[in-house]
Amino acid sequence: MLYFSVPLGKLVRRVSRLRGGGSALPGLVVEKIDHGFMQRTLSTLPLGVAVVSGTNGKTTTTKMVVELLESQGLKVFTNRTGSNFTRGVAAALLGEVDWRGRLQADVAVLELDEAHAVHFVNRVPPRYSLLLNVLRDQLDRFGEIDKTAQLLQHIASKTTGTVVLNREDPRVARIADTLDGPEVLYFGLDDSLLSTFPNDDEMRAAPGSPVPPAPARPHADVVLRRVGPDDADFEYDGETVTTAMLLRGVYNIFNAAAALTLARAIPAPAAADNAGLLEALSRVAPAFGRGESLTVDGLPLELVLVKNPSGFRLGLKSFPAAGYATMIAINDNYADGRDMSWLWDVEFDTLREGGVDQLTGSRAYDMALRLQYDDVAIGAVNTEIAPALAGFISGAKDKPKRIFCTYTAMLAIRRELSKITTVEVVS
Amino acid sequence: MTPQSQPAGSGHELSFGHELPPLDSAEASKGTIRILQLYPRDMNIYGDWGNALVLAQRLRWHGYTPELLEYNVGDDFPSDVDLIVGGGGQDSGQLVIQDDLLARESTLRELAEDGTPMLVICGLYQLFGKFFKTRTGAVIPGIGILDVETHGTEERLIGNVSVSSPEFGTILGYENHSGQTTLGPGVAPLGATAKGTGNNSTSGQEGARYRNVVASYLHGSLLPKNPALADFLVRTAVERKYGSFISGSPDDSYAVLAREHAARRPR
Ligand SMILES: [Zn+2]
Repeated sequence: MLYFSVPLGKLVRRVSRLRGGGSALPGLVVEKIDHGFMQRTLSTLPLGVAVVSGTNGKTTTTKMVVELLESQGLKVFTNRTGSNFTRGVAAALLGEVDWRGRLQADVAVLELDEAHAVHFVNRVPPRYSLLLNVLRDQLDRFGEIDKTAQLLQHIASKTTGTVVLNREDPRVARIADTLDGPEVLYFGLDDSLLSTFPNDDEMRAAPGSPVPPAPARPHADVVLRRVGPDDADFEYDGETVTTAMLLRGVYNIFNAAAALTLARAIPAPAAADNAGLLEALSRVAPAFGRGESLTVDGLPLELVLVKNPSGFRLGLKSFPAAGYATMIAINDNYADGRDMSWLWDVEFDTLREGGVDQLTGSRAYDMALRLQYDDVAIGAVNTEIAPALAGFISGAKDKPKRIFCTYTAMLAIRRELSKITTVEVVS
Repeated sequence: MTPQSQPAGSGHELSFGHELPPLDSAEASKGTIRILQLYPRDMNIYGDWGNALVLAQRLRWHGYTPELLEYNVGDDFPSDVDLIVGGGGQDSGQLVIQDDLLARESTLRELAEDGTPMLVICGLYQLFGKFFKTRTGAVIPGIGILDVETHGTEERLIGNVSVSSPEFGTILGYENHSGQTTLGPGVAPLGATAKGTGNNSTSGQEGARYRNVVASYLHGSLLPKNPALADFLVRTAVERKYGSFISGSPDDSYAVLAREHAARRPR
């Protein structure tokens, strides 16, 4: 069996590519006929497997970790396609191994969906894990935030080397208390930035209301000290360094501190090269949709992915509305989450001055109702995304544009935009 | 009680609340209604703020002045409360408020018996009942204002819900709970479920009604897309305080369209 599974899987991969199929089928085939394929292949990596999990920012953070490690001369295997399931990983491995099943890489960095991570880590205990946050997301699938925290705890408990935790997310930081095997490292925020990152427990804290004094926190390996318009300050090894950033949005830049912490923990062949890490960090571009900037009519059009109250709040805070035309696209397909309750936990006062030009998506009228109750003026509403986008673009020709969108709305918008501008293809 | 009642004491200012949009109209108010949010710090998941916001804004649109108050664990209970709204929470949030809620039983019961309009969603619906028995058999006592009991189950009831209510017409919302609630003879259901599950997987009923208390599992948030229910709470609060309610004319065209589109969405 073993001898046939890889060639056969690669063959299926080729055929399904030719037919324009998805990436999961070949993974399914190889897993069916050779259950140990993924485990066996990943276990050959000299530096092992690092997993990135959490509710928000996995894709961009995984991308950062990969680029940081590559800057240190490591060859990295990753599941770039965004198929964050065991099967997707198996499929991605098939694309990378040679015909005899050998993977030419030093380390694997894998983005894992919380739901599937447990199954994965039971089969492939990671050497490193990076646990970003537990925000309210996909609650209609997992039921409770506390349950998501338990899933992340399980990942940590299976980690053999180093667990990197978000010091500022109480549900994530608390995981440290349950561990006695792996080394624990934290990434953290300067006190002055804490109020920018409400966790869901503090979700209702009014803007500008006094924040209760932060309790004593453990030392963080990397601390985000300041976020500027196109640069940021990070502190590590007792020094504060400033670096330019292509990434936009405070939440992305906080995740850069997470990526730095993990990258510093994975030993490169040469001694860690901090200047090289920073240089690589400054060049990381956002993963698609997470604060991505395109060009339409010679002016920027920004796509901001929003999928839960914290993310939407941070998006509104990170990207000031002044001078921009604004569109909001809210779908309630399975991948977006069907429950619209979360829109009511976001306050939209920052959009009050300029209003919102266009609303779209299957729940455009839920969004309209939300804005009405926050006294935000609304231009047009159309649940159909294509005509809404066309109307938005032609109605704001002379202005830079910004679209806040849920996941499947973003996919639809990118499809439409690819007809009029260059949009990076994501396979 | 005058429209100019005492300003909120320091114990229950909106430390955890969102802010109401600033008011630009200088029209004379027909009166002030004090809305109390129960445990917003610990029971605020799934858009519970939306219910408080809708009550406050609709009061304005009807020409009244809302005053939003909060009651969290350990606060002094505010006086002269006209309307109460409470939400759901994580299991951990319910544990935090449990003892405090039991200590407030008599206050809340008095208000409910007296006809104070109240809306309790999900977690507080359960705790307004007699008890919640967990899957492991542990019994969490409720305050028993509602003649209902809840049993934890393995099954999670999740999805869009449509309820046919004799008082309020079609009620639309979203449920997400694993506790199943059974009604006793002392309460009426809010309505019959046309889509979704509601109180439990067998009765075909959703929510509970007792005096002016409305209890429901529905998030969504519940009130924005159900203005008839919101206005029942608003009208009842105003009538109790001022004898009569003089309606304004809120623009519900987005609510109507949001209802139409929501009703067509899959479970
Ligand atoms: Zn609930």
